[in-house]
Amino acid sequence: MPVLAFLILFPFAIAFILFFLKKDSKGRSFVVISGGLAELAGSVLFAADNLMNHDMEMGTYYLKETHMTDMFIAALELCLMLLVIFLSVKYKKYYVILLSALGTLPVLYMDISGAAETTASHFKVDHLTLIMVLVVGVVGSLICIYAVGYIRDYHHHHTEFTDRSGYFLSLLFVFLGAMMGLISSDNLMWMYFFWEITSVCSFLLIGYSRTAEAVNNSFRALWMNLLGGCGFMAAIVFCIYVMEITNISQLLLFTTMPVLAIFPVAMLSFAALTKSAQMPFSRWLLGAMVAPTPTSALLHSATMVKAGVYLLLRLSPVMYETYVGTMVTAIGGFTFFAASLLAITVSDGKKVLAYSTISNLGLITAAAGCGMAEAVWAGIMLLIFHAVTKSMMFMSVGAYENSTGSRDVEDMHGMIVRYPKLAFVMTIGIFGMSVVPMGMCVAKWAALKAFIDTGNIYLILFLCFGSASTLFYWIKWLGKIFSVSKGSKRHEDTVHGSEWVAIYPLSAIAVILCLVYPFISRFSVTPYIQNAFSGSLNRLVSAATADSLLGSTDNIVAISTEDFVIMGVMLICMCILPLAMKYVNSVQERRVMSYMSGFNTGDDRSFYDSFGNERGQYLSNWYMNDIFGEKKILAACLMITAAFLVVMMGICTMGGLFL
Amino acid sequence: MTMIGMIAVIIYLVISPLIACLISGVDRVVTARMQGRKGPKLMQPWYDIVKLFAKEATSVNDMQKILVMAHCFFAIFSGAVFFAGGDILLVLFALTMAEVFLVLAAYSVNAAYSELGAQRELLQMMAYEPMTLLTAVGFYLSTGSFKVEDIIKTDIPLIIKMPGFFIGFCFILVIKMRKSPFDLATSHHAHQEVIKGLTGDLSGPVYGFSELAELYEEVLMLGIVGLFFVTSDPLSLAGAAAAIIIVMFCMSLTDNIFPRVKWEGMLKAAWIVTFFAGGANLVVLSLLNR
Repeated sequence: MPVLAFLILFPFAIAFILFFLKKDSKGRSFVVISGGLAELAGSVLFAADNLMNHDMEMGTYYLKETHMTDMFIAALELCLMLLVIFLSVKYKKYYVILLSALGTLPVLYMDISGAAETTASHFKVDHLTLIMVLVVGVVGSLICIYAVGYIRDYHHHHTEFTDRSGYFLSLLFVFLGAMMGLISSDNLMWMYFFWEITSVCSFLLIGYSRTAEAVNNSFRALWMNLLGGCGFMAAIVFCIYVMEITNISQLLLFTTMPVLAIFPVAMLSFAALTKSAQMPFSRWLLGAMVAPTPTSALLHSATMVKAGVYLLLRLSPVMYETYVGTMVTAIGGFTFFAASLLAITVSDGKKVLAYSTISNLGLITAAAGCGMAEAVWAGIMLLIFHAVTKSMMFMSVGAYENSTGSRDVEDMHGMIVRYPKLAFVMTIGIFGMSVVPMGMCVAKWAALKAFIDTGNIYLILFLCFGSASTLFYWIKWLGKIFSVSKGSKRHEDTVHGSEWVAIYPLSAIAVILCLVYPFISRFSVTPYIQNAFSGSLNRLVSAATADSLLGSTDNIVAISTEDFVIMGVMLICMCILPLAMKYVNSVQERRVMSYMSGFNTGDDRSFYDSFGNERGQYLSNWYMNDIFGEKKILAACLMITAAFLVVMMGICTMGGLFL
Repeated sequence: MTMIGMIAVIIYLVISPLIACLISGVDRVVTARMQGRKGPKLMQPWYDIVKLFAKEATSVNDMQKILVMAHCFFAIFSGAVFFAGGDILLVLFALTMAEVFLVLAAYSVNAAYSELGAQRELLQMMAYEPMTLLTAVGFYLSTGSFKVEDIIKTDIPLIIKMPGFFIGFCFILVIKMRKSPFDLATSHHAHQEVIKGLTGDLSGPVYGFSELAELYEEVLMLGIVGLFFVTSDPLSLAGAAAAIIIVMFCMSLTDNIFPRVKWEGMLKAAWIVTFFAGGANLVVLSLLNR
């Protein structure tokens, strides 16, 4: 318990200190870096200790008697609501007040009336929690450390914004603490509390620069997440008053009258879909791009959006062959495909990353909705790889922006010569997201296998088409980095030490993970799945299906050892490429100009046009806006998913409430 | 890896270039005859590639050569995994990886035609990848394994269970074999720079490596075609060879009938065929498996 309390409360303490350290100073940097490292170390120790010393079979439970804390939390929830109301009035966005009140007041009532009193444990730590603790603790803390150097440069370049960097760093830590609380809570009320903190926190972070655009986008993020929060609240009310339970683990094992569970599961899934920015709620995530990069990195890789898919993965066992499962898989699969097409059409580096995030989360969502062991395995693996790879991509794009003033993919032309260190990291990141010996693709491969075994035909199609377009947008980005104009020189980057401290370890982890994921699977993912699926199988599914579901858990690693070895060989071959390059070029060959039909003016930067005048060459990537541009397909995608979501939620509500 | 697998890999490594040259030689002659020409010598492709390696090595930058060599390595590697009886999905993924390196090599020279070619190649990959992946899924659904060594143990030719996949695969094979559309990144119809842009900046031995990779890739593709026909009966190998010859002939024919298909048409057509032919077959197979 003490370590868990440390993991949750320590970031809040650091945040409190940082809130008062308004000016950039050595002392403040020290607080952030040591705080981040302590949190990182704490999470690693916590995971190691639990894995080695505790019997993790059914999870470890903490904290039963919490009357005083409950009151304290109720007070904090009220504060959150008042804060939202204050800001809504200030910026004249009155509709948000309604959503906030709707989400908070019933919960406050339940707290005060004592309806939510329970003797069940408030925290539960099992293998999935440990994985999440590691993801949040390692990736999240490194992002906080990265923010120190980043925000200094940010204000150096953007003198038009008031420097509120202390407040900014403080919010990042609040986020970290809230995430830790969210993933270890078993009590729904507590989970909801942390859930709301992340919603409000992301709102504040997105609106950091206070420009009109930032304010608008932050309120969009807020109303979408508060809407999801209302769904969460509805689930809690139903659980407490109808089912008389307070905890997620009780919901998963609710055998008295299984049909009752449909409504809360549907509502929780709805909340998770908003949080994970699945279509039709994808727009808040794109809007979040106006915020400073550490915000995007934190929101998109390790925390915020991962809270949504975490909840879905938890609920996965009860979604098997239910309408809720159908809803979640269909929305996830469609989002994966549509967002990967949209990613082709944008050139802003962060926007590409945003669409790619939405797309990958879609795949995790789809995997969770299947409700089968294999699919959940793929989902968890995707989650881990995505957190690591995406955060380093965000950080390197942010560092590039601070060095050059642009984060447009078109401006990354020839980056490999101009900024070799950043280009190297980005290359690892892009390979990590798109080709096979690297993590994401391996997990995707597992997902494909899972979808085939569950017989989800439309998911197979979505996955095949979606991965084809995924490859397209990543590799054309990588191509830009590799495309070198003659005579380019190396530039000095302005990346701070604290930024490298975050970027290098993450790139190393991204590569190492590809070699050690079988161990992660063996010691944490597989045990989690075995427990989760054996525990909840006595509901909704027949005995025969239960057998077939569990039958595959023994051999859960979808990738055979032989394939793993072959991929290891491929990975090694890729790693020695830079060395091989030196060897291949040791014999100096004749250098020729690149081919421009013989009209080069002496190098590859310009050519003679038909009038004999010298003209500069400008090479641009394809964006195919006329085929799948945002203007063409985004509105249609949002409408389709919104209509589908309304219909499916309607069915689940009707079925859950009146059957 | 089994003994047979080992032998198959060695045979693949040694004679693939020759076989591929022979096939494309025959193809050129047949195409020429269809158009009322005499055509080149039968082994002309072989002479071409041998000559390339004898030429002076030049390059545009430091990265070009190693990237093309990596392309060649991974192309051969993926074929080796296939003939060793490995996982067909892994084969396809390794092949994708190989293509990525060629695209990067083209990007690295920073020239208009190369970059245009690189992006066309990427688009092409986007057009055919769904179908190749679906084909692998089809093999899995009909035999219960992704491994080539298990797939060939089937009792009946898989074409019977997977006609839709076969049609779809042949459709994208036209792209993979550099046949149609005529403005492909690496089309064999070198009318102008736009078309051969992808390899436009490669010369001498470096170009030789990319050609060599293409030969191995061709054999791999035809191997996958053969997979639709091979059964546990050794005699079926002859049937598979016959099928490959027919497929190749049909491909020359298609190429001659549709000489003016462009990439926009390719993307749409490939995805539509994949969706309907592959998708329909997928539905039927998974219903059968229930």
